[in-house]
Amino acid sequence: MDNNMKKRWISLYVENQVGVLSKISGLFSGKCYNLDSLTVGTTEDPTVSRMTIATVSDDETFEQIKKQLNRMIEVIKVIDFTDVFVRMKEILYVKVLKCTPEDKVEIFQIAETFKAKVIDYGKDSLLVEFVQTATKNDAVVKLMKEEFKSIEVVRGGSVGIESISMMER
Amino acid sequence: MTWIDLAVDTGTVNGKYWIFALGMKVMLGGLSFLKREVYRLKQISGNKLLVRALKEEGVDTIFGYPGACTIDISDELYKQDDIRIILPRHEQALVHEADAYARTTGGKVGVCLVTSGPGATNLVTGLATANYDSVPLVCFTGQVARPLIGNDAFQEVDIVGITRSITKYGVIVRNREDLGRIIKEAFYIARTGRPGPVLIDLPKDVMAELGSADYPDTVNIRGYKPNTNVHMGQLKRALKMLKKAKKPLFLAGGGVNIARANEVFTEVVEKTEVPVVTTIMGRGAVPTDHPLYIGNLGMHGAYASNMAVSECDLLFSIGTRFNDRITGKLHEFAPNAQIVHIDIDTASISRNIHVDVPIVADALEAVTKMNEYVEHCETKKWRKQIAEWKEEHPLTMKNRVDMGPQDIIEEINRQFDNAIIATDVGQHQMFTTQYIEITKNKQLITSGGLGTMGYGFPAAIGAKLGNPDKDVIAISGDGGMQMNIQEFATAVLEELPLILCVFNNEYLGMVRQWQKLFYGKRYSMTNLKSGALFRRTNGQEMPEYTPDFVKLAESYGAKGIRVMKKEDIAAAFEEAKKNTKTPTLIEFVINPEELVYPMVQPGGTLEDLIMDC
Repeated sequence: MDNNMKKRWISLYVENQVGVLSKISGLFSGKCYNLDSLTVGTTEDPTVSRMTIATVSDDETFEQIKKQLNRMIEVIKVIDFTDVFVRMKEILYVKVLKCTPEDKVEIFQIAETFKAKVIDYGKDSLLVEFVQTATKNDAVVKLMKEEFKSIEVVRGGSVGIESISMMER
Repeated sequence: MTWIDLAVDTGTVNGKYWIFALGMKVMLGGLSFLKREVYRLKQISGNKLLVRALKEEGVDTIFGYPGACTIDISDELYKQDDIRIILPRHEQALVHEADAYARTTGGKVGVCLVTSGPGATNLVTGLATANYDSVPLVCFTGQVARPLIGNDAFQEVDIVGITRSITKYGVIVRNREDLGRIIKEAFYIARTGRPGPVLIDLPKDVMAELGSADYPDTVNIRGYKPNTNVHMGQLKRALKMLKKAKKPLFLAGGGVNIARANEVFTEVVEKTEVPVVTTIMGRGAVPTDHPLYIGNLGMHGAYASNMAVSECDLLFSIGTRFNDRITGKLHEFAPNAQIVHIDIDTASISRNIHVDVPIVADALEAVTKMNEYVEHCETKKWRKQIAEWKEEHPLTMKNRVDMGPQDIIEEINRQFDNAIIATDVGQHQMFTTQYIEITKNKQLITSGGLGTMGYGFPAAIGAKLGNPDKDVIAISGDGGMQMNIQEFATAVLEELPLILCVFNNEYLGMVRQWQKLFYGKRYSMTNLKSGALFRRTNGQEMPEYTPDFVKLAESYGAKGIRVMKKEDIAAAFEEAKKNTKTPTLIEFVINPEELVYPMVQPGGTLEDLIMDC
């Protein structure tokens, strides 16, 4: 079953009702599907929410996940983002604590390289905001964890939408 | 002097105009007051709307158990005569009764009404049973008033949350104005597509609130559009493969029976002369005495059926989800076959086994279309091979000195030809699915998917309530019979002449069978006579079997018969048939060494059969 294990994305239109999020996440836990990240928010139609789900699975399981989502009454539409051109970003905040002045210099360099913004500044701490793909955010977290003594991280989960022109991620 | 005269006298206003304006104002005020009053009078409580909705949906029977949170609904139901109310003795039995009522009345929805908290949680097993076997149910559960929800109030549980993964749909009604729409949608969801149970949680204050009396006529759920059409291209491709195959085989599951496609399917089978195997839920898809019918497949399937699946080159399956009990070892299931799979539920296709031609469709639609296009297939040689397998290892447990399950079931076949047979779960269930003949006017109902002990007896009650003109026979073990034995009261009071066959072998036989074959005869937790005496004497002494089923039946006002010998079987059924006002329990005392054969080795392939030993 391990062949074709890879990360996949689904975009989901669901009814904006109480309990729907729990039903979707319950499907993943109940059937032992991997759930990497899940974001949800309302759309231009306040009765409809849109979710972006990331999962690591093989082909067969992924087919099942899509079918199981589709058969839920509250799910309006399932879009597989695996093979379509999408714009997809994740927000990541990294707060670096106990910074030395050298650390601060380095953080600004990192921020510049990754086109991130330093959005808050304290005596020995900095807050950096990254908006990039989840994979790049993974790399940033790994790097910052190695470089600095004490960091605090929060991530928003990927949100994605189909591209207009052909453009990846 | 009146106040009007005073106004005119003082001359501050034009008298006539003043009176006219005043008159108009009173009139208009009165009108709007009337309008409000009429609207208010036209409004009804949620409880009333629920009863109205049930009538609109054509519900003639509901299964209910009352409580604090549903007492107002009970009160509304008291005021009407169109809906019959059945009062079982336990909510688990209640939901099984509604389930069997739905299964045996061809498309009616089973309706349950229970109270909040424990009333609702007692539904859980029955909901899962109905969910696995695709039975249309609408279950109304009471709920504490909205301001109390979340407070751990008395008899409050989050039943929608608890049952989320075992219902087709579950919803709590948060606003009175949504009630009509939600009930309408619930019935629609329960009975369309792949049928299933729907749960509606009704907070007490929502139900008391006044609101619109309208019950909608139409349903529009944007996330739920059940597929009804057949993809003709796919179907024709499948039929071409069927025509080309040298060893084609039909596999019919419960979907054929649920869609009531049996008769058309039989026509298709006859036109093609392609042999048929069924799952236990599919038994009856073609009459079991049909020459093209081989038998059930799977763990306790017939030798010829399992061999046919293993050897076929095209498996044309309809309405089955390839459960592990029918496939055996997955990777060696039907190893030489291309597989066609017709199912209403996309998620059932290519889940367990790889399917070459998937077709999403209602079984009746698909089979009807097939009937238009199928051609005769050349299967003579293949059928001869199957006949040889049948001869090699026929399905039989004959030549026993003692009374065996086969003797009893064959007597049922002889004596009843317009009947519903409900089973419980265990050895007796497998014996029944092996030996019971399901022909035109007969139906088998059983908990095939979940395997719920305690299903059989209440199921027989539900079936009889829906089919007063048919004979209804429950076949149960001594273990399962005791799981819902309180329903004797319901059956006696409803004056239901059921025939309850209890195969008493003093053990939980199916587990014992595994212990005998694979666990060195260590009969742990399966001896129904074990207890303090058994422990004290190290298994040397055992008490009399308890309960005495005959006396127990009699204590409820039912009839009890005990049968010890083969020769008495026929007479017992004759006697039971004469008892037309109360249930008759027939206890058959069976040797615990009677095992269900053939049996697929756990984890083995379908060919790995343990035959009778």
